[in-house]
Amino acid sequence: MDKLGQLNQQLVNDIEKAATLQEVEDLRISALGKKGTLTLLMKDLGQMSPDERRVMGAELNALKDVLSAALDQRKAQLANEVLASRLASETLDVSLPPRPSPSGKVHPLSHVLDQAIHIFGQMGFALAEGPDIEEDFYNFTALNIPPEHPARQEQDTFYLPVASDGQPLVLRTHTSPVQIRTMQNTPPPLRIIAPGRTYRSDDLDATHAPMFHQIEGLVIDKQTHMGHLKGCLEEFCRLFFEDPELKLRFRPGYFPFTEPSAEVDILWNNTTWLEILGCGMVHPNVLQNCGIDPAIYQGFAFGMGLERITMLKYGIEDLRLIYESDLRWLNHYGFAPEARE
Amino acid sequence: MRFTLSWLKEHLRTDASLELISEKLTSLGLVVDKIHNKAEELAPFKICEIIEADKHPNADRLQVCRVNTGDEILQVVCGAANARKGLKVVLARPGDRIPSNNQILKVGKVRDVDSFGMLCSAQELLLEENSEGIIEVDQEAPLGESYAAWLGLNDPLIEIEITPNRGDCLGVNGIARDLSATGIGAYVPLKAETCKGLSPSPISLKLDREACPHFTGRVIRGVKNGPSPEWLQRKLRSIGLRPISALVDITNFFTYDRGRPLHVFDLDKLKGNLTVRLSHRGESFKALDGKSYALAEDMAVIADDSGVVSLGGIMGGESTGCEETTQNVFLECAFFDSIRTALTGRTLGILSDARYRFERGVDPTSTLPGLEAATHMILEICGGEASDIVEEGSIPYELSSITFSSSRVETLGGMKVNAERVHEILKSLGFDLHNKQDHIIVCPPSWRFDIEHEADLVEEILRVEGYDKIPSVSYGERPQQKPLAPFQERRFEVRDRLAARGLVEVITWSFVSQEEARLFGDVPDNLTLLNPISQDLSTMRPNVLPHLLSAARYNQNRALEPIGLFEIGPQFSDPTPQGQHMMAVGLRVGSLHSGHWSEKKRSVDIYDVKADALSILEMGRLTPQWDRTAPNWYHPGRSAALKLGQHVLGYFGEIHPHVIKAFDLKGPVVGFELFLDRLPLSKKKSTAKPKLDLSPYQSVERDFAFVVDQKVAADSLLKAATKADPSLIDQINLFDVFEMGDGKKSLAIRVRLQPKDHTLTEDEIQAVSQKIISLVAQNTGGVLRQ
Repeated sequence: MDKLGQLNQQLVNDIEKAATLQEVEDLRISALGKKGTLTLLMKDLGQMSPDERRVMGAELNALKDVLSAALDQRKAQLANEVLASRLASETLDVSLPPRPSPSGKVHPLSHVLDQAIHIFGQMGFALAEGPDIEEDFYNFTALNIPPEHPARQEQDTFYLPVASDGQPLVLRTHTSPVQIRTMQNTPPPLRIIAPGRTYRSDDLDATHAPMFHQIEGLVIDKQTHMGHLKGCLEEFCRLFFEDPELKLRFRPGYFPFTEPSAEVDILWNNTTWLEILGCGMVHPNVLQNCGIDPAIYQGFAFGMGLERITMLKYGIEDLRLIYESDLRWLNHYGFAPEARE
Repeated sequence: MRFTLSWLKEHLRTDASLELISEKLTSLGLVVDKIHNKAEELAPFKICEIIEADKHPNADRLQVCRVNTGDEILQVVCGAANARKGLKVVLARPGDRIPSNNQILKVGKVRDVDSFGMLCSAQELLLEENSEGIIEVDQEAPLGESYAAWLGLNDPLIEIEITPNRGDCLGVNGIARDLSATGIGAYVPLKAETCKGLSPSPISLKLDREACPHFTGRVIRGVKNGPSPEWLQRKLRSIGLRPISALVDITNFFTYDRGRPLHVFDLDKLKGNLTVRLSHRGESFKALDGKSYALAEDMAVIADDSGVVSLGGIMGGESTGCEETTQNVFLECAFFDSIRTALTGRTLGILSDARYRFERGVDPTSTLPGLEAATHMILEICGGEASDIVEEGSIPYELSSITFSSSRVETLGGMKVNAERVHEILKSLGFDLHNKQDHIIVCPPSWRFDIEHEADLVEEILRVEGYDKIPSVSYGERPQQKPLAPFQERRFEVRDRLAARGLVEVITWSFVSQEEARLFGDVPDNLTLLNPISQDLSTMRPNVLPHLLSAARYNQNRALEPIGLFEIGPQFSDPTPQGQHMMAVGLRVGSLHSGHWSEKKRSVDIYDVKADALSILEMGRLTPQWDRTAPNWYHPGRSAALKLGQHVLGYFGEIHPHVIKAFDLKGPVVGFELFLDRLPLSKKKSTAKPKLDLSPYQSVERDFAFVVDQKVAADSLLKAATKADPSLIDQINLFDVFEMGDGKKSLAIRVRLQPKDHTLTEDEIQAVSQKIISLVAQNTGGVLRQ
């Protein structure tokens, strides 16, 4: 008994002292291997009397279980230590920059157009479009701007060679021809916005460009009046500039294609009135030119520069940079793409 | 239009504050641009006297002056030649801001002599555009008083913008009339003058009514020209006009006071009688501005026996202009047509106060009253004796009338205004009203050419009441519809998709230089602008790429990499609406890298832009065919056209080396173009996705490497392999391409077999593999690589 107890004590001590997995394995072989101490003792059981064998067998088995458990435990302990020391040597610099995702940008003008369409869309406006190269008729005459009208002078127009059918062609100076085309082709009521490229023969500087963008709107029905025009533009400006208290000032203006006409200013930073758009009730001559009876139908039209509202909203100071395609500028003022659908 | 407050008050009796007047002007549509008060702005600059002026010890052209400010004596160094003892001058002291350069004056040392101020020139105080020497103030002027206040500049100068339809407000009189309607003051009507002629006019007239519908004039003999009286000089100066001589100043006064241009000829320089007619091509005319003009046909001119002496309604001639010594004059007051005046002025490029007014419309009934009033003032200031009036033609004005129901103010203008108020407003603006049962007949005054419709009258009421009083109405009923049609929506989707792929959106000009355009096909004459602003932007772009290439160079020159750009915009093949194509175009240049430490830099290649292009086509679930017919701005061997049947949807590829060189870019440069309008819209999309069956049986992957001819297109091999068993083959991935030389390449594919109803046996796998090998051999001549 004592002898077994001693053996037990000794082996368990040895196992606990084992410093490496190899030492643990060596101890297992010396105790439990084919010629191991314990294995040899087990073999001796055959020569014992049945009573002795029963007692001795039980003790040896218990001892074997103890040793196995001690070996497993030590093995796991050492394995953990090995892992811990490996992990300790395996650090990564977590401060390094992570992998980037592609960083394309949407141009600020596109982003603003998207916003404007969204806001007007909520008010029931649908998009209408037309060509950049326009017949003089759609750009001027139909809009109550006959050939000698002084307004033709004020809008410095780009001309193209006369079309094969004899129509003088221009680069549209505003998107109003889209209104004419729509009124001619679609019976009222109408509620459209017409954004697009427009052209005037201005040299490029901080506030002028030979090409720019407008967004115009048109409503034709039987009841729309100046009050609706005010309401609609107030709603747009307050939503667009994200200021529900934004103050607008409507004052008389002059456009050949609207009557009454108005210029609209917004109170910027509560200090200065800034002109941002022109509007008015569609001129009866314009309705007539489009085959709409001005005795029955009326409505309003408005137009604003996309660049103007973009520059105001995002604090862009130089118009030229909008078209310069400088990646530093585009990355700064551009917008991350939105997931659509 | 500029006027002073005191000038306005000559036509409007009012106690209203400047602030209220300014507010009313803007709300009437006469937008106030600026209000200056020179006396306030120039308050620090005081009248002083030079009591001693000695030569500077170290500089020939400088003088050291001792200046009496009234309170003290200061030493000031001055370089002006006219600085001298006893002269009254205008002094700027240290700390004053000099208006011309916006600099604050400091105590200075000029060549070792201290200077405690500066003697100012008129230009430095922005009182004149050019001036020589320092201001010489009248000897009577009081020492220590502010110079501008003493000049009488203590009168606010109001600058307003006049819209093209309001020619009637290009005179102070008209502005006062408009303001009176708002109730802030009473309009003082113009005094009608008549001057009896004392002799028949020695000048007779021949008038072509085409050129001028109404012409009046008269001779005034024995005038004494010279400086005009102080009050008139001061008035003109107050609005920034330079007094010239009494006769000229008087005509300028009428131009600004009542918007009535006039002209005075020196009678003694006229040869024979006057003819008012249309010009002939080739006539020439030397105008008062000293320039000679070659006239075209059909310009309104006044001629004597020597030829054209005045451009009607625009500018008088040099040969018959008034001088200090002029004694006898012919005074002209006439009506010129706005369109003819505008066309003539535009053609000749002459800007003048007269043109500005005639082209916006001068009151046609003001001709004779204008002549009389001007005669009266000339006789008063210059003396002399007036002849009878010569008059040809007649007042070109017919009373028009508009049927008006005052309810339109509410139904069109959105503002409730009672009928009484409507009458009151229209009357105060000079309209004539005749009441009928349920409407009024309104006759606009002769000076309002812009009033033709009911809508015009509504605007009159609204602007006098103030647009701010129109209550805003929000639309209650809002049609529920998508603002964008599917093809428009797609443009925004494409934009977001390309940006998500790392490309940056640019917006570039729709026009381009012909030279650049020619690299991208023909440049038709009918797409070339007749009046481009520069040769760089002279033709409508046949393609979007040139501007993207220029943009790439711009960024490459600044080492801003990686360069990946796209634009969604039009290109033009002819001037009709059908010749305008909405494009999505992208460009990638140089190397593609994020600069991230883990990433290897690599050059862009056509597979980057192929992916860009296909990512858009995938949105419409389109699987295009391709062929090698990309246009010649692409590398012929490294580009493709993308097609659906016969329709070309677009192109992608490497940009041709010639083009890269023409744009001075460092390659590689790859790009794609897609005709967005040609992409069929996907059929009504159902939101449901195709049903997915997840098979419980193990899938099997097999790799094959085939050796094929260099020319064999990889997709033909993939198609052939797929045919082996389309239902079993779940996926084929081309994972390796290896150029072997000798016109051969190796293409390695991994085929995944996904059984749906049982686990595949080795025999079955073998059978499919053999079939793949034989189909590839049949279709591409490819053999399994050993």
